[in-house]
Amino acid sequence: MSRAADETLPARAAPARPFDPARVRADFPTLAQTVHGKPLVYLDSAATTQKPAVVIDAIARYYRCDNSNVHRAVHALGERATQSYEGARAKVRAFVNAASEREIVFVRGATEGINLVASTWGRANVRAGDEILITAMEHHSNIVPWQRLCEQTGARLKVAPITAAGELELEELEALIGERTRLVALAHCSNALGTINPVARIIERAHAAGAVVLLDGAQAAPHLALDVRALDCDFYVFSGHKLYGPTGIGVLYGKEALLDAMPPYQGGGDMIRTVTFERTTYNDLPYKFEAGTPHIAGAVGLGAAIDYVSGLGLEAIAAHERSLLEYGTALLREVPGLTLVGTAREKAAILSFTLASVHPHDIGTVLDHEGVAVRAGHHCAMPLMQRYGLPATARASIGLYNTREDIETLAQGLMRARELFG
Amino acid sequence: MQDLRALYEEVILDHNRRPRNFRRHPDAANRQAVGHNPLCGDQLQLELRVENGVIQDVAFDGAGCAISTASASLMTESIKGKTVEEAERLYRGVHDLLTRDGAGDGLGKLQVLAGVRAYPTRVKCATLAWHTLEAALRNAGTPVSTE
Repeated sequence: MSRAADETLPARAAPARPFDPARVRADFPTLAQTVHGKPLVYLDSAATTQKPAVVIDAIARYYRCDNSNVHRAVHALGERATQSYEGARAKVRAFVNAASEREIVFVRGATEGINLVASTWGRANVRAGDEILITAMEHHSNIVPWQRLCEQTGARLKVAPITAAGELELEELEALIGERTRLVALAHCSNALGTINPVARIIERAHAAGAVVLLDGAQAAPHLALDVRALDCDFYVFSGHKLYGPTGIGVLYGKEALLDAMPPYQGGGDMIRTVTFERTTYNDLPYKFEAGTPHIAGAVGLGAAIDYVSGLGLEAIAAHERSLLEYGTALLREVPGLTLVGTAREKAAILSFTLASVHPHDIGTVLDHEGVAVRAGHHCAMPLMQRYGLPATARASIGLYNTREDIETLAQGLMRARELFG
Repeated sequence: MQDLRALYEEVILDHNRRPRNFRRHPDAANRQAVGHNPLCGDQLQLELRVENGVIQDVAFDGAGCAISTASASLMTESIKGKTVEEAERLYRGVHDLLTRDGAGDGLGKLQVLAGVRAYPTRVKCATLAWHTLEAALRNAGTPVSTE
C-alpha cells in the first residue's frame, strides 16, 4: 500500500472554494445530532473543537493499514508508520513556518509543551533571584509550571496587569521586564477573554532585555495564521484538539539553538543514541525530547487537521469567525442584564459574559436544554476571575463551523434563561 | 422548557430569588463551616447556634448557582428547631435522594431537590450546603470541598 495521497498536499494550499459554513458544517459528523430534542449548537470550541471526518478517517486508516512502531522497524509497516509520523511533523513545520523540522517536538498538548520548557530550559537557566514574567490573563497551564519552577529555583514570578477591557497594560508589562527577567511567558490569545495580545512588540522588548519568550498558542492556533519566524518567539506551544485534531497530541516549537542546549525532558527509548550503564548519549533534535513510543495516530490526525484548515485557508476561517464575533457581540449586547467580560479591540471569536440574576452554571443548563453547548466556570483561569471579582463566567466560543443561526439560538436561549430566573 | 421545570421547580426558583436565613453571624453562633465547589466557584459559609442538641438558629452566606443557593436556603428552613440527630437524618435522606434513587420519605419540601438527580453535573451544587452542614455539626475546622 502506498502512502495516503493527502500527505503530499502542501500545508498552505490556497482555498479551493469560497468559505461556505453550511458545507463546512457537513464535514463534522458530531454536529449532525440533536440534544434534548434540539439541533446541536456547539459553542465550546475553545475547550475542544469537533473533528472533521477527514481527521477521524486518517486516524482509522492509520490503525487499519499502517499501524507499527516508528523509527526502528525495517519492515514495510514500520516504514509507513515512520513516514506518516514524520510527514505530520513536516506539515506542522510548514503550518507554523519554522525553519526546520528539528524545531518541532511532538508533545501531549500545550500544557506538556510548557511543562517541558519549564523543567528543562527552566532548570538549566533560571537561578535564585531571577524573574519570570507572566500576565494576569494566563490559563493555569501557563501559571503553575512557572510557579513550581520558582519554588524549585528561588526565582520570582511577576505578573503583568490587564485593563478592565481585558487588554494588557503594556507600559506596566514593559516596566516589569528587567535585567533579571529570564523568561516572558504569555498567551498569544486568551482562552477566557478572547484577547489577542500584541506579542511581536512584547517579544522585541523581552529580547532587548535578554529574556526569552514562550507563547501559549493553544487558543491562537485555530484562529490565526502562524509564523514563528516572523514573530521571532523562542518557544511556541499549541494543542491538536483545539485545532480540529485529536486529543493527546500537541506541539512545542523551539528555536533550534535553544532546544539543542536544553537537557532532555524524559528518559527512555528513542531519545538516546547510545546507552551503557555508565553513560548515555542523546539523540538529535527533535527526538531528544520524544522519549518512548509517541502518539503516532495523534500526529497523523493532527497532520490531517492541518491539511483541512489549510485547505479552507486560515485567512478565510479568521474572516468568517470575525464576522460571527461582530454579529454575536452586537446580539448579546441586546440581551438585558448581560455583561461581556473581555472587550479587547483585538479579539478572537470568544464571548465570555455574565447575566444579571442568573449564575453561569444555570445559564449552561438552560442553554443545554436548547441544544446549545457553552462552558460555565473559571475557564482554568482562577486569578483572572479574581481580577474581575467573578466566581465564574459563561463562555460561548466560536469555531469555523458555526453560523449566524447558532448565535441567534444562543441569544434566544439567554432570553429564556432571563424569563425563567427573572 | 417543560423538563427544565423539573429541575428548576417554582420552589427552587423562589428560594434562589429570596434565600431564607441568608445573613452572617447569627447571635451566639457556636458551629460554623465553609463549603467550596471549585468547579463552579460556589462558596458557602454556614453558621449555627446549637443548644442542648437542638439547632436554635442557622444562617448562610455566599455566592452560588440557583441549585446551590436554593438547596442551602431550603436546608436552613428545614433544620431550624430540629435536633442534631434529626438534621443528620435529613442530611442522609437528601444525600440518598440526590445520589441513590432514595424515595425521599420524610423530607417534606426538600423533595423538590429530586429533580437534580437527572443532572449528574449539578448534583454537587445541591449537596454542597449539606456537606457543609455535616462539617459544621462535627465542627470540623477544615473547609469542605466538593472536589
